[in-house]
Amino acid sequence: MARVDLQNITKSFGAFKAIHGATATFEEGSFTTLLGPSGCGKTTLLRMISGLETPTSGDINIAGRRINDVPIHKRNLGLVFQNYALFPHRNIAENIAFGLKYRDVPKSDIPAKVKNALDIVRLPGVEERYPSQLSGGQQQRIAMARAIVIEPDVLLLDEPLSALDANLRDEMRVELKAIQDRIGVTSIFVTHDQSEALAMSDKIIVMSSGHIEQIGSPEEVYNHPASEFVAGFLGTSNILDVAVIERNNDSVTLDIPNFGKAQIPLAQASGLGDASKGRIVMRAEKLQLTDSAAPEGAPSAKARVEAVDYQGQLARYFVRIGELQLQVINMIEGRPFSQGAEVTVTLSPDDCTVLAA
Amino acid sequence: MNAWVFIRFYTILVYTFMFAPIFVVLLLAFNSSQFGGFPIEGFSLHWFGELFQNDAIMRAFRTSFALGLMTALVSTVIGILASLALVRYQFPGKEWVTTFLISPVLVPETVLAVGLLIFLRWLHMPRSFALLLLGHSIIALPFVVLVVQARLVGIRKEYEEAARSLGANPVQTFFQVTFPLLMPAVFAGALFAFTISFDNITATIFWRPSGLETVPTQIFGMLRHSVSPEINALGFVMICITVGVPLLAGGLARYFSRKKV
Repeated sequence: MARVDLQNITKSFGAFKAIHGATATFEEGSFTTLLGPSGCGKTTLLRMISGLETPTSGDINIAGRRINDVPIHKRNLGLVFQNYALFPHRNIAENIAFGLKYRDVPKSDIPAKVKNALDIVRLPGVEERYPSQLSGGQQQRIAMARAIVIEPDVLLLDEPLSALDANLRDEMRVELKAIQDRIGVTSIFVTHDQSEALAMSDKIIVMSSGHIEQIGSPEEVYNHPASEFVAGFLGTSNILDVAVIERNNDSVTLDIPNFGKAQIPLAQASGLGDASKGRIVMRAEKLQLTDSAAPEGAPSAKARVEAVDYQGQLARYFVRIGELQLQVINMIEGRPFSQGAEVTVTLSPDDCTVLAA
Repeated sequence: MNAWVFIRFYTILVYTFMFAPIFVVLLLAFNSSQFGGFPIEGFSLHWFGELFQNDAIMRAFRTSFALGLMTALVSTVIGILASLALVRYQFPGKEWVTTFLISPVLVPETVLAVGLLIFLRWLHMPRSFALLLLGHSIIALPFVVLVVQARLVGIRKEYEEAARSLGANPVQTFFQVTFPLLMPAVFAGALFAFTISFDNITATIFWRPSGLETVPTQIFGMLRHSVSPEINALGFVMICITVGVPLLAGGLARYFSRKKV
């Protein structure tokens, strides 16, 4: 177990800059997710920590030691791949024991360690089988077992759930987090799936085109997005231009098109600075649709439902207010609003975030 | 309907034309006649006995075997290393190196043979067994590279990366992971190399030092006098080796791959 520190890491492939100065800390024993769309540099960052790529500049420290020049096989890291990468010519026991051969583990201890690792991933008794005889989910458990049996300082997971089908993925997500909790190893998890990131992480690092956009807990990243990219990438957001009317010690008053005036707590508008214009982020599920008038004082607007996307418990509505189209996700109470219905959209100022324009 | 009859007839004709000479050799190898031709007078293994008594032929056999095995070894080792470089690493001029490695297939063998001889004269080196080995390895190398490269492309890099992350250094990774996964192609490549070397005559005539005979040059030499029945027996043995070895190898490869799931 160890803490990982990245200091101003950059990486260029020829003229292409894949990472622009990434600085981040991965606390001892924590589960941190690198989240972003494909091509954002999250995998490159992970590969640099693992030693499969070399940073162009910047320092990587593990447990306070600079490891830029330490080759991968001396870093003592566990690596789990999207496609499992189990050695097809070796059986499960040999796969798991692979890393033990290169450590000072007495030969007689190896079977017990293999068995223990299989118990941890809850797949006992498959020692004699070959990888091709196991299902995808089972293979990924073996890959986990192989990575953790060497007691790595850091566990690096490169989209380990992406190759599994949807049901299995949810199950493995819970399982993977449980394994990590049990052994308490510092884990760095790469994914493009926001629900995986939100469900599993102690901390999320959101990345976009080689930049770190935001670092924070799942709630922070979700409720207080630091940029429009983060707001748009996690969940469904409506982002509008707003003008600042007034400022005081604990709030700003904004003019939101169609909704009128709204007072936003200053804590929700820390990104705004002194600007006179900004962008307001309204989460689709924090807007409320009603068929009656809004309560007194709450910013609201009259709208018409253009489309309904029924999802069982929830419905996603596309509503139009004049020129403006918004997305609203609400619980269904009774029946969902039907297409063409005239409704009132109410926003709650405490749940909005204001960013610089 | 008539067209199909014609195609069938034509196909049989083509195959007859291709295989009849081989069949004739196989048949005449067992002819007890003094002369290496028809008519067949009786069944006999006499000429095989003669063959094994003939020192020149047995020497040529030993030479061809040694040369074939060494060619297989040399071209396979170089071929694996070249394929690793070409598939796993990026370096300037990679396309040129690939073309260069494959070019012995494209260059007429006579030109290649003469070229190597001129080159060695320039270096003041006499013709030798080592030169013959070098030449055969050059001729066999493209086949090894093509086979090994094709397999290596299909072996995902993640296997090697996983091994490295578990603590294996690059050399250990190669022998523990890459090489075993590459084994079928290595085997096939080595076999190709052996057969190519064992069969080769054109370049061998140019390169062999005086006094050294391989099986094909020995047959060629004997044919200059007459078609002796010994040659038929020798031809039979050659066919058995060049057809039998790959078949046996293919069977073995299938057997082992089935065992490993």
